[in-house]
Amino acid sequence: MSDVILSMRGITKTFPGVRALSDVNFDVRQGEIHALVGENGAGKSTLMKVLSGIYPHGDYEGRIIYEGRECRFREITDSEKAGIVIIHQELALIPFLSIAENIFLGNERRTLGVIDWHATRTEAQTLLGTVGLAESPDALITNIGVGKQQLVEIAKALSKEVKLLILDEPTATLNEKDSDKLLKLLLRFKEQGISSILISHKLNEVERVADSITILRDGEAIETLDCVSGEINEDQIIRGMVGRDLTQRFPKRRATIGEVILEVRDWNVHHPLHEDRIVVDNVNLTLRRGEVLGIAGLMGSGRTELAMSLFGRSYGINITGQAVIKGNEADLGTVGKAIKSGLAYVTEDRKTYGLVLDEDVKNNITLANLEAVSNGPVIDQNREIQCANESKDAFNIKCSSILQKTLNLSGGNQQKVVLGKWLFAKPDILILDEPTRGIDVGAKFEIYSIINRLAEEGKGVVVISSELPEILGLCDRIYVMSEGRMVGEMDAADASQEKIMRHIL
Amino acid sequence: MVSVIKAFKSNIRQYGMLIALIAIMLLFQVLTDGILLKPLNITNLVLQNSYILIMSIGMLLVIVAGHIDLSVGSIAAFVGATAAVMIVDYQIGVAATIFVSLALGLLIGAWQGFWVAYVKIPSFIVTLAGMLVFRGLTLVMLQGASVGPFPKAFQMISSGFIPDVFGGEETHLTTMVIAILFSAALIFFDIRARRKKREYGFEVAPLAVFIFKNAGITAAILFICSLLASYKGLPNVLVILFALTVIYAFITTQTVVGRRIYALGGNLKAAKLSGVKTERLTMLTFANLGLLSALAGLVFAARLNVATPKAGTGMELDVIAACFIGGASATGGIGTVIGAIIGALVMGVMNNGMSIMGIGIDWQQAIKGMVLLFAVFFDVYNKSKN
Repeated sequence: MSDVILSMRGITKTFPGVRALSDVNFDVRQGEIHALVGENGAGKSTLMKVLSGIYPHGDYEGRIIYEGRECRFREITDSEKAGIVIIHQELALIPFLSIAENIFLGNERRTLGVIDWHATRTEAQTLLGTVGLAESPDALITNIGVGKQQLVEIAKALSKEVKLLILDEPTATLNEKDSDKLLKLLLRFKEQGISSILISHKLNEVERVADSITILRDGEAIETLDCVSGEINEDQIIRGMVGRDLTQRFPKRRATIGEVILEVRDWNVHHPLHEDRIVVDNVNLTLRRGEVLGIAGLMGSGRTELAMSLFGRSYGINITGQAVIKGNEADLGTVGKAIKSGLAYVTEDRKTYGLVLDEDVKNNITLANLEAVSNGPVIDQNREIQCANESKDAFNIKCSSILQKTLNLSGGNQQKVVLGKWLFAKPDILILDEPTRGIDVGAKFEIYSIINRLAEEGKGVVVISSELPEILGLCDRIYVMSEGRMVGEMDAADASQEKIMRHIL
Repeated sequence: MVSVIKAFKSNIRQYGMLIALIAIMLLFQVLTDGILLKPLNITNLVLQNSYILIMSIGMLLVIVAGHIDLSVGSIAAFVGATAAVMIVDYQIGVAATIFVSLALGLLIGAWQGFWVAYVKIPSFIVTLAGMLVFRGLTLVMLQGASVGPFPKAFQMISSGFIPDVFGGEETHLTTMVIAILFSAALIFFDIRARRKKREYGFEVAPLAVFIFKNAGITAAILFICSLLASYKGLPNVLVILFALTVIYAFITTQTVVGRRIYALGGNLKAAKLSGVKTERLTMLTFANLGLLSALAGLVFAARLNVATPKAGTGMELDVIAACFIGGASATGGIGTVIGAIIGALVMGVMNNGMSIMGIGIDWQQAIKGMVLLFAVFFDVYNKSKN
């Protein structure tokens, strides 16, 4: 066995009223990729914050032994000096600074406080070469995609002479191609002797690159699996994460498919800033009652743009085409009209587009259909409380009460609030954009059950997802989108991941 | 009991400010040897701060919507000047002048709201421009001089008292009658709300708490009104202010429009995707503030009995400070009308109290600045603790 670079012993961290970590032991060996998995709220991020000094020494119990000595990090710069670098889920890059400036931010190449631009550029160029990013060091962060930004973060970590790299859900916002690139990079680092800790919800990735896997549940380390010596499968990991067997990841549904409820004909959308760029190209689509329709495709293939342009022209310009709802051509000119026509759109980014985080569960649930709880212009507070409580129960939203701010809910529960909000608007057609992104296995299952229930009630559901197993497990029929066009349509029964990928590529 | 504590905790920002206001009042009551709460001084306090209070209500909505308006002082001055020119130079009737002035304020507000909401220019810039534009136009309108005095009917807006139809000798009887009727109405509505809650099967506060609360409020209303009644009764301005507070508190907490303003201030994109017409609503908050600024301008001109080019200078800062002291968030989505009123009263009581004590305007400014900073610090501290 190779030597241990990091050993965290008996880590306990409490917040007022909550014990986030209790007596966790966690070891990372030299030059391995160690995956850290667990449901949301299991304590993964907390553990990493303890390690990187965001929670300073004395704020937690237990010991951190790194490279053979006990470390007492007081702040993040202490751990960075020791070669431990954490890359957060939300990237910490400055949009209007260049790649090179971002890489050396806080660590500038300088003489007597004056920046040495030559050194900055050439060193940045070298680092970009190492991570395989073909961009000029002078390019602004705002002009490159998320996948490339992720690589800049890694280049930044390398500039600090990293020995232990921590990645918190690095692929959550990346498409398959960029994810693949990132994982290969991690494998290359491993050969160079850099150890990595990978936090991820995507178990197939974990399975692919990890040498060992530590599972956290409710603040405790459940087990550490060794992937080098033994065969590991996803079920084994899931069992550890949820503490029970998930006999099936997708609940069963009896599909009774009715008449066509939505038909989109020759739908074209142009990019809002670059007028001549076509984002959605002559798309045709039909959706039936009781049907769950999947739209697969890479990020940037135009799926979200299609959905948002349908939903009250919330995206794009020069939109042309017809939308026929229940046999009549519908006017979807504004969000209000789209809602009245029976459409609902659950966004992929619930924090930016879905919830008013400062407001409570109740106010969020009723926001899209306040008319239902009002007499004329005046809200009937009692009726509103009653309705919100009904939604809370129907969707099993875990909150202290409907007066709790949505800011303080977990990702899965926030997503249930968004779903509750849109179902309170009584739609016939629901478009769900990445409905399970960033939420844990248990909550995913609940969301799937809700989707099934809606289909059984005779609504038409469109699911946009980048996770192919989800599309395959959930949908009756699948469209494949690529570069703004519909490039394939198939019944779920004849679909497979390979078949979908073949259409995309 | 648990729910009472919970409700108290969740409203600590507001209760905290209310407690602070009462503490400040008691402090100055002692420091001024009891002058602060004398009937004459209470009347003065209300009159002196009425325009700040009126504008704070409108500013609160703009701040909740996630914006700011630096132009309110200039709008007030411009509308006051227009009214003066209409009445004094052109002998136009008081009622017609008031109507035109309010319409003018509404229009100016809508104009600025248009640039903010539809053209998406930051409100700080639009209203900074407005501050300069309308200050300049005030000078143009008045040709650099003061215009006045106003006829009696116009002065009544700020210096008048409601007439005593019962002809009381020592005390102003109408004031007391209004106080009693108002208390009765409050109790009636509270009983009705309680019954409605029961119908829905919700938990209601224990009867003892309910009675205690209503008795307390009634006693407070009767006490203040009896103080006022022993002087000249209810000032007209106080009636206007009270009506505005009730109306806007209702709009912000009980209506669809109010809820949507909070939603758009809290998360513009989410509100938009929920069918809220965010542009129109943003413009509306500015138009509304324009209207209230116009009203404040009329009250101010009527109080001084002259329109001056310098009227309302620096008022926007007092108004904005009042909203933040009252717990509004600079990033939008948070704040209450009652909070803004309390914030404005805190500033007003301090102004008044320090003036009585003979503290100079120099120190008053400095002390007020520190109070603003600490009030917001208290807020931020509270938030981080939760």
